[in-house]
Amino acid sequence: MQPSRWTSLWDVLSGPVNAPNSFLWGVEAGVAFRDLLYGSALGGRGEELRGRSVVIATKDQFTAALALIELDGVARRLVLCPTDLPPGQLGFVMESAAADAMVSDRTIESPEIPRAACFVLCKPTISPGGCNRNERTRTEWVLLTSGTTGRPKLVVHTLASLAGAIEHHGPGGKPRVWSTFYDIRRYGGLQIFLRAFLTSASLVLSNAEEGTADFLARAGACAVTHISGTPSHWRRALMSPSMHLLAPQYVRLSGEIADQSILSRLRSVFPEAKVDHAFASTEAGLAFEVSDGLAGFPAALIGRSSDVETKVEDGSLRIRSSRTASCYLGRSANSLRDAEGFVDTGDMLELKSDRYYFVGRRDGTINVGGLKVHPEEVEAVINRHPRVEMSCVRARKNPITGSVVVADVVLGKKSDAAAQSEEDLQHEILHFCGNLLPRHKVPAAVNIVPALPVDAAGKLARNHA
Amino acid sequence: MSVRSEVIALFQQLAEEHNRELAPLADDLPLLESGLDSLCFAVMVARLEDSLGVDPFVAAGDDAPFPVTVGDFIKAYEDAYEDAAK
Repeated sequence: MQPSRWTSLWDVLSGPVNAPNSFLWGVEAGVAFRDLLYGSALGGRGEELRGRSVVIATKDQFTAALALIELDGVARRLVLCPTDLPPGQLGFVMESAAADAMVSDRTIESPEIPRAACFVLCKPTISPGGCNRNERTRTEWVLLTSGTTGRPKLVVHTLASLAGAIEHHGPGGKPRVWSTFYDIRRYGGLQIFLRAFLTSASLVLSNAEEGTADFLARAGACAVTHISGTPSHWRRALMSPSMHLLAPQYVRLSGEIADQSILSRLRSVFPEAKVDHAFASTEAGLAFEVSDGLAGFPAALIGRSSDVETKVEDGSLRIRSSRTASCYLGRSANSLRDAEGFVDTGDMLELKSDRYYFVGRRDGTINVGGLKVHPEEVEAVINRHPRVEMSCVRARKNPITGSVVVADVVLGKKSDAAAQSEEDLQHEILHFCGNLLPRHKVPAAVNIVPALPVDAAGKLARNHA
Repeated sequence: MSVRSEVIALFQQLAEEHNRELAPLADDLPLLESGLDSLCFAVMVARLEDSLGVDPFVAAGDDAPFPVTVGDFIKAYEDAYEDAAK
């Protein structure tokens, strides 16, 4: 089955191939996918959202999933907001997406939300009602990804681009139960949601408020067979006494560099499972999967396959395929693809004996447990401290979150005689950052250094990648 | 300061810095039930590498199991510190 033939999730659900026994499980609720054919999680109000640009801002992934299934093919545009979107950015997202409607599972009161917007409540239960399915719209799917300015970028996909890498497994196999540590409103999680939905598998959703041990126990109780997460998700799981409750056949890593250590540890914990790491980004889509259990990927993967073209230019990986996003939304949206249709991932590669390894980001973005940190924004905060003359923020490799942020700081000349120990000052700068930045952006360590290298253009010499 | 007391002091320091409530620490307490999350442990590993000069996660090799309890975690540092001193 070709994904491009699918007009909407609803068509898949009402088609002949969907297994009657596949379920969607949240923490408190579960539903058979097929039950959605006979009712509505939106209280039967889906038709009010026809042709609109709809922001889906639910707390729970479960209600978001129900809304996506109901509104794909109905709404003009669906904007997926993850739970951790700061409330202050909702207005920016709505404006950039020209949103005229919102779906949530709770009342959101914010002065930023335009009053004219249509608000529809989404419940975890199915009640009678539904949309007219004779009229179909090709819905745009919009994902958020963090931008350099601290404001999210809005990335436009279609069901076809998102589902481009999903293949049907042959009939007669054992039923699959997927799960993912990801939020399904992030690219990596959405891939798993669609994979489960489009291949008639069940899916166990994670929940931001649930601890790792509880999630693993729930996934284990649902007999999860296929499970995905970032290397950081997996490192956290490896620290949990509940890890042994999982017995997957397939383990997938994506979203961050998978180093040899995490791949080897997963292999030794799950000797029976196939362990893959995939390279994908919100903008570039899924490029390839690596199945040989080794970090990096064979140089032979670069080039042209049936559906993806990859090349390395100026040291970074470029991708052209039908799975890439089409554009960014918003007033100051840059171009997402170059003239030839390639997306520059910004991920820098190093070739070592016929194998490419990811060595970091061109723009120096630091990935702390799957969350992006732009060094400049941390430096801007540190530089506001009265004792600081300049600072340079960089990544430091970490066995738990992949990287942590560290700062090298040059102090200004002492303005008074107050003898403050270096240690006190380091604490003070950390505390200062803690008050002004989200936790993952606060440096793990502040090093006081005599000077920082500056390049010929007078800019801080960053040693990226 | 012994390795153990240094690690325990960092548990308290991280709980304070990240506004988290620390559970009463005991050797058999699972790390993720201590009140600290993986970001706290990431920071702790970085600081312990600075103060003790060891990172047992790296030293133990690629397929060594991750510590699961507070006791495992402290022991990993004690062992790595002792090995490094040899």
